[in-house]
Amino acid sequence: MSHVTSSVRPPLVTGGKTYGDVTEDITRQVEGKPTMLWNVAFLISLIVLGIGAYGLYRVFWFGIGEWGLNKTVGWAWDITNFVWWVGIGHAGTLISAILLLFRQKWRTSINRAAEAMTIFAVLCAGSYILMHMGRTWLAHWALPLPNTYGPLWVNFNSPLVWDVFAISTYLTVSLVFWYIGLIPDLATIRDRAKNKVSKIVYGLLSFGWDGATKSWQHYETVSLVLAGLSTPLVLSVHTIVSFDFATSVIPGWHTTIFPPYFVAGAIFSGFAMVLTLMLVTREVFNMKDYITIGHIESMNKIIIVTGSIVGVAYITEFFIAWYSGVQYERYAFVNRMFGPYWWAYWSMMSCNVISPQLLWIKKIRTSVVATFILSIVVNIGMWFERFVIIATSLHRDYLPSSWAMFTPTYVDVLCYLYSFGFFFTCFFLFAKFLPVINMAEVKAILKSSSEPVEETRKATTVQPGYQARPAFNKEMD
Amino acid sequence: MEQHHNHTESTFLVGIFDDEDVLMSGVKKIRNSGVKIHEVYTPFPIHGLDEALGYKRSFMSRAAFLFGLTGFTCLVALMVWTMGSDWPMNVGGKNYVSVPVLVPVAFEGTVLFASLGMVATFLTVCNLYPGKKPFLFDNRTTDDKFAMAIDVSKNKLSADEITSIVKNYGAIEVSTKLVQPGDLD
Repeated sequence: MSHVTSSVRPPLVTGGKTYGDVTEDITRQVEGKPTMLWNVAFLISLIVLGIGAYGLYRVFWFGIGEWGLNKTVGWAWDITNFVWWVGIGHAGTLISAILLLFRQKWRTSINRAAEAMTIFAVLCAGSYILMHMGRTWLAHWALPLPNTYGPLWVNFNSPLVWDVFAISTYLTVSLVFWYIGLIPDLATIRDRAKNKVSKIVYGLLSFGWDGATKSWQHYETVSLVLAGLSTPLVLSVHTIVSFDFATSVIPGWHTTIFPPYFVAGAIFSGFAMVLTLMLVTREVFNMKDYITIGHIESMNKIIIVTGSIVGVAYITEFFIAWYSGVQYERYAFVNRMFGPYWWAYWSMMSCNVISPQLLWIKKIRTSVVATFILSIVVNIGMWFERFVIIATSLHRDYLPSSWAMFTPTYVDVLCYLYSFGFFFTCFFLFAKFLPVINMAEVKAILKSSSEPVEETRKATTVQPGYQARPAFNKEMD
Repeated sequence: MEQHHNHTESTFLVGIFDDEDVLMSGVKKIRNSGVKIHEVYTPFPIHGLDEALGYKRSFMSRAAFLFGLTGFTCLVALMVWTMGSDWPMNVGGKNYVSVPVLVPVAFEGTVLFASLGMVATFLTVCNLYPGKKPFLFDNRTTDDKFAMAIDVSKNKLSADEITSIVKNYGAIEVSTKLVQPGDLD
């Protein structure tokens, strides 16, 4: 038997779907005309992108003086947004890689969209680094390239250089992993395509995939090895992002707990974003048989775990600041809680530590509406977390004469808005033109995880002279 | 032209299955009956089917290891050479090259080379590239059916005998397909 499953587990795919149904249900929105809802949503994203693009124009043309930065607070919304988006990306890799290694079958319905989310989120994140450089056209200076000024190289001692390697590797590997997974599904769409344009486009994109067992065998190994490589990769990416802060000597940043704390926070916010997106996708494309309440509940459980880890990290950080006996370190944390940015700290605490605890209640974690609201609350909280770490640690410098506050300008706001426009434009294009659920993987778990099929399977033992079961194959040619 | 084709084209029998478990046990029994299977085409990966068909283990993981080793070596060499020899920088009198500093970039380089190298190997070995026209024995193999292709000329048994064996072990239909040379490249 190719799949073994426990009989006590609830089915992952409901509605008694057959292989053919899976193809039909998931290719429907790819083949059909865009719905009114999609058109409206896409248009709104484009408008938001357009408005935000004005902020980018201001930054690229006039420089980062357009932002509200001052000589005390040199990193603010830009780096907050960068870390926030990188963190969001982490859930996609967690679902596609770590849950694959742990053989969690429930990942199959959500991995494709989560990986797409990763790629778009990392693109958004990378764009803040490019903006922050001020002279974006010199971005290649961050790469170890021989240059015309003599043999001067990038400084490999710097975590910022490590970050260049981490983020670019992460983006590349995620993209490759996602695309390899798409190839068999693109072939499915190619073989069903009716009109000429689809035939050509999906023909090109599907690389001539034919589903030969030999190809599948290599494909499976490639997926597994990519998962094995992506798992430490995703942990390294946010670890290295946290090094940007942790290797400095700024009170509030100089913290050894940062790597695990940032990784947990990243997974926490990423799962919240996956939930936000999947709950919408599920409604709009009517995928309730594939993204079941069981899936939502599993993701909510991960949110409780990572949210609690983040909560423990906040408290540990606070304790260690006191325990260190260093007055600057102590002051940084007292200032976070009761200083002028107290509202940011307490927003972070209530959104990230208190609100996810509601998910211990089964009724809440299995409710679509409650989950949707909480997922947005968590993402707001995680944005505040990065703002708190970055801005409140900087704004009260060592000398009181250097103390300052950060006030965002309209360009800061537009630059943040742009990322939403860009992210959702990409996501809607993906959701319309590519299969949002991995058909091949769902088909592979169908027999072991779909209830009616499971029943008929038990009744059938294969014998010579076996005839097809019409119940399983609605349409026999 | 027509004449030429008749000389070189080969006849394949295509058995269609509609259930992965039937296919799995069918493959074993059909091979035990002395039928040589060309290939089985499926809409999703079936664990163990490669073994049932007698395929050797995929070498992709070994390829990834070798590419990863290359990436690791290249990046460590780059860092040691730039920091230690080409442009050494004195930072507070510390060592020009210290090992912990090398870890993040060496790791990222290993992962990048291993992933890209392995995927390139995969695409090359499976002969996949943008715009390639696949040869499909049956269009439904990317949807909901499994096709077993058998090259009649490479089998000792007759087409009729093979057909009855394949049907006996669970195929829902068996058809004949003529394959031109070059189709299966």
